[in-house]
Amino acid sequence: MSIDFVPFFVSLKLSLFTTIILLLICFPLALLFAFRKFRFKSIIESLISLPLILPPTIIGFYLLLFLSPRGFIGSFLENIFNIRLVFSFAGIVIASCIYSFPFMLQPLKNGLEGVDKNIIEASYTLGKGRITTFFKAILPNMIKDIYSGIVMTFAHTMGEFGVILMIGGNIPGQTRVASIAIYDKVEQLDYKFANIYSLILIFMSIFILISLNILKSKKFGGKSSDRN
Amino acid sequence: MIEINLNKKMQTSKGILDLSLDFTIEKGDFITIFGKSGSGKTTLLKMLSGLTKPDEGKIIVNGITLYDSQKKINIKTQNRKIGYVFQDFALFPNMTVKENLLYAKNDKILINQLLEIMELNLLKDCFPNNLSGGQKQRVALARTLALKPDILLLDEPFSSLDIEMRHKLQDEILRVHKLFNVTILLVSHDISEVYRLSKRVIVIENGSIIKDGKPSDIFSNQYTSHKFSAVGELIELKKIDIIFIGIINLGNTICEIMLTEDDVKEIKIGDKVLVASKSFNPIVKKIPII
Repeated sequence: MSIDFVPFFVSLKLSLFTTIILLLICFPLALLFAFRKFRFKSIIESLISLPLILPPTIIGFYLLLFLSPRGFIGSFLENIFNIRLVFSFAGIVIASCIYSFPFMLQPLKNGLEGVDKNIIEASYTLGKGRITTFFKAILPNMIKDIYSGIVMTFAHTMGEFGVILMIGGNIPGQTRVASIAIYDKVEQLDYKFANIYSLILIFMSIFILISLNILKSKKFGGKSSDRN
Repeated sequence: MIEINLNKKMQTSKGILDLSLDFTIEKGDFITIFGKSGSGKTTLLKMLSGLTKPDEGKIIVNGITLYDSQKKINIKTQNRKIGYVFQDFALFPNMTVKENLLYAKNDKILINQLLEIMELNLLKDCFPNNLSGGQKQRVALARTLALKPDILLLDEPFSSLDIEMRHKLQDEILRVHKLFNVTILLVSHDISEVYRLSKRVIVIENGSIIKDGKPSDIFSNQYTSHKFSAVGELIELKKIDIIFIGIINLGNTICEIMLTEDDVKEIKIGDKVLVASKSFNPIVKKIPII
């Protein structure tokens, strides 16, 4: 039997999708949390951080209930759009997004809060509007935080197991990610392949983290003390 | 002419402070706003620049209304043409000196001129983090001047610099004031700075103007008509035979001054004291710079 690389591609694809989607969703939210005051802010913030402490199986279980064709959202999607999210790739992307949400939001929020308020005000006094200020004065000064949000989300999704098993099951090419493939092999008492898969995943993770770190030190190496 | 009449309730560490300021400035003047921290100086600058909204009042600069609570006029910060030099200079760390200036005004000829005038040519490709406090300040000043502002607001721009650098940059600001004929409002809590720079000082205390006039009228003769006087703090008291030696801190210079038993009755360690001499002229000599 040869090594099946498909689960690794599914894992990479899932991590990539999750990271991109979360980056797009979390930026506006991080702006809101960092710069605005509103009612129940701390309560909402705590709720968003919930995936940090809850066992993934709990999140997976409730998502399964909501998204299944008998669930509230699942039946709506199935009846109106004819989409079924449980046991599909789209379903595990949604589950990963929810599960990794705080890993993206928190660094972005910290990054925005860390940008010197005077820099933002200085930009306004220099005649620049909110959008120019955001792209030219805020964003470049929080690159490191955006980077850490991306790395954390990507890495966290690569190692995901419980949520995916609950909502995605073990469908080859669809929802069988690397961690589930390993579990599957262990279940079949095929320790040899479980071992090979594990080692591949370990080396892949090391490779991704090292290359991202090299990229980081090359790109932002000189500016590590930008903030005072 | 600049007319300012502003009211704002401010939340401070000592509770709510009613900031109520009403004054006018002639075009091209150099005014200092003097007061303790928490007296509302920075809030005044922020209201002028539009970064903080006043509760009510008016700001009229050379006939143009920037803010009027009754007419519901509130021109955005971006359109006010008021330059603001922040206490920490607020330079963009991701841009070089030249890029910082170009951000304010994308006009290469003007920026090159400014770099020349402010003697920043050698530093133009440096990032702000590699600059000293004094250099940062010159960049911040140049960046603000690129806008050709009607008013220049300086928020304690010298507070983080050493004395020598302070003097150099004070000269710089005087030069800029003459050269660009810009109206300057400088916030300070340093009397010598106020003396050096401005012809008019407005003293704010607890949110209101308590004095307004020439620095020499306001600060001298504050206590009595001594020939020499300074305020210090008594930090130690030694008894030697029948006399006492008071160790007094005069603005970071420690002096030993003889005191009598009568003097000691009235003061204790930690008190603010007036050190004055009437009959003898103190010696004043230039100190060579090492």
